[in-house]
Amino acid sequence: MSAADLHKASANAEFVHGHDEAHDDHHDDGIPHAAFKDYLIGFLLSVLLTAVPFWLVMADVLPSKHATTAIIVVFAIAQMLVHIVYFLHLDSRSQGGWNMLAAIFTVVLVVITIAGSLWVMFHMNDNMMPAMVHEMGTSP
Amino acid sequence: MSASNAVMAAEGADRWLVREDLHAQPGTMLGFWLYLMSDCLIFACLFAMYGVVGHNYAAGPSPKDLFELPLVAVNTAMLLFSSITYGFAMIEMQRRRVNATIGWLAVTGLFGLAFVGIELYEFQHLIHEGAGPQRSAFLSAFFALVGTHGLHVSFGIVWLVTLVFQLKRWGLTDATRRRLACLSMFWHFLDLIWIGVFTYVYLMGVLR
Repeated sequence: MSAADLHKASANAEFVHGHDEAHDDHHDDGIPHAAFKDYLIGFLLSVLLTAVPFWLVMADVLPSKHATTAIIVVFAIAQMLVHIVYFLHLDSRSQGGWNMLAAIFTVVLVVITIAGSLWVMFHMNDNMMPAMVHEMGTSP
Repeated sequence: MSASNAVMAAEGADRWLVREDLHAQPGTMLGFWLYLMSDCLIFACLFAMYGVVGHNYAAGPSPKDLFELPLVAVNTAMLLFSSITYGFAMIEMQRRRVNATIGWLAVTGLFGLAFVGIELYEFQHLIHEGAGPQRSAFLSAFFALVGTHGLHVSFGIVWLVTLVFQLKRWGLTDATRRRLACLSMFWHFLDLIWIGVFTYVYLMGVLR
C-alpha cells in the first residue's frame, strides 16, 4: 500500500465520519425524537380514520357492501401509514435506512403470505366445492 | 513477510480505525425493530389463516351473530387513547421529567388494562354462548388471532409496570430511556396490528 493510498483511505474515513456527525444531532442514541405536534396530528388523523369506518358499517350508510369494504380497507391502510409515520417515526434515515429496508421487506412478505394464502385456498375451494358441500351437509 | 504484514496492519489500524471514539449507534433500536418485523410476520400468518378458514362456520354462528360493534369501538378507542398517552410519556421523557413520565405511563397502562378487560369480557361472553374456539374453524382462527394480540398487549402491560418500577429506582438513565423507546415501538406496533384486526375481522365480518 503506497503512502498516497493511505492518505486517500484516511481522508475517506474522515469524510464518512464527518457525514455521520452531521446526522448525529438528529438521533444521538438511536431513539427517534418525538414531537408533541406529530403525536397530535397522528392522533387526530387516527380518530378520523377509525371513526369513519365504524360509522359506515354500524349505521349501514352505503347500499353497496363492496363499496363499504373497499372504503374501510383504504382507511385501514391509510391509518397504518399514519401510525408508522407519526407514532413509530419511521423514515428513510432512521438507523441508516435499515429500519425502512426491514419494513419494506416485511411488507412484501406479509402481502405474499396473506394474498398468496387467500388466492391459493379460494381457488382450491372453488375447484372442490361441489363434493365438499355435499360432505359437509351430512357431517355433524 | 507475515511479520511485516502484521506490523503494517497494526500501524494501519492505529492510523485509520481507532483515531477517535467510534460514533456507532447502539444496535438495540434496530434489533428491536427487527423483532417487531418478525412479530408482524406471525400476525400475517394468523391473518392469512383467519382469511382462509374465516368462512367455515360448521353450521355455527357467523360474525354477524356474534360481534358487538359498539364494544369493539370502545375497545379500539381504549387502544388509541393509550397510544397518544404513551406519546405524552415519551415527550415527558425528552424533557427529563421522571414523575410526569411515570404518570403518563400509568395512564397508558390503565387504558391497556381496560382494553384487555373488555376483550376478556367479550371472550368470556362468546364462550358462555357456546361460541368457544372449539366450535368452528372460524372461531378457532378468531380466538387465535385476537387472543395473540391480546396476549401481546398483556405482556406490554407487564413490561410497562416493570419500567415504572425501574424509573422510580434509577430515573431516566440511558438504559431506561432506551427501554422506554423500545416499549413505545412495541405499544404503537400493537395498535397498528389492531387496525388490521378491527377492519378485517370485526367490520368486514359484520359486513359479509
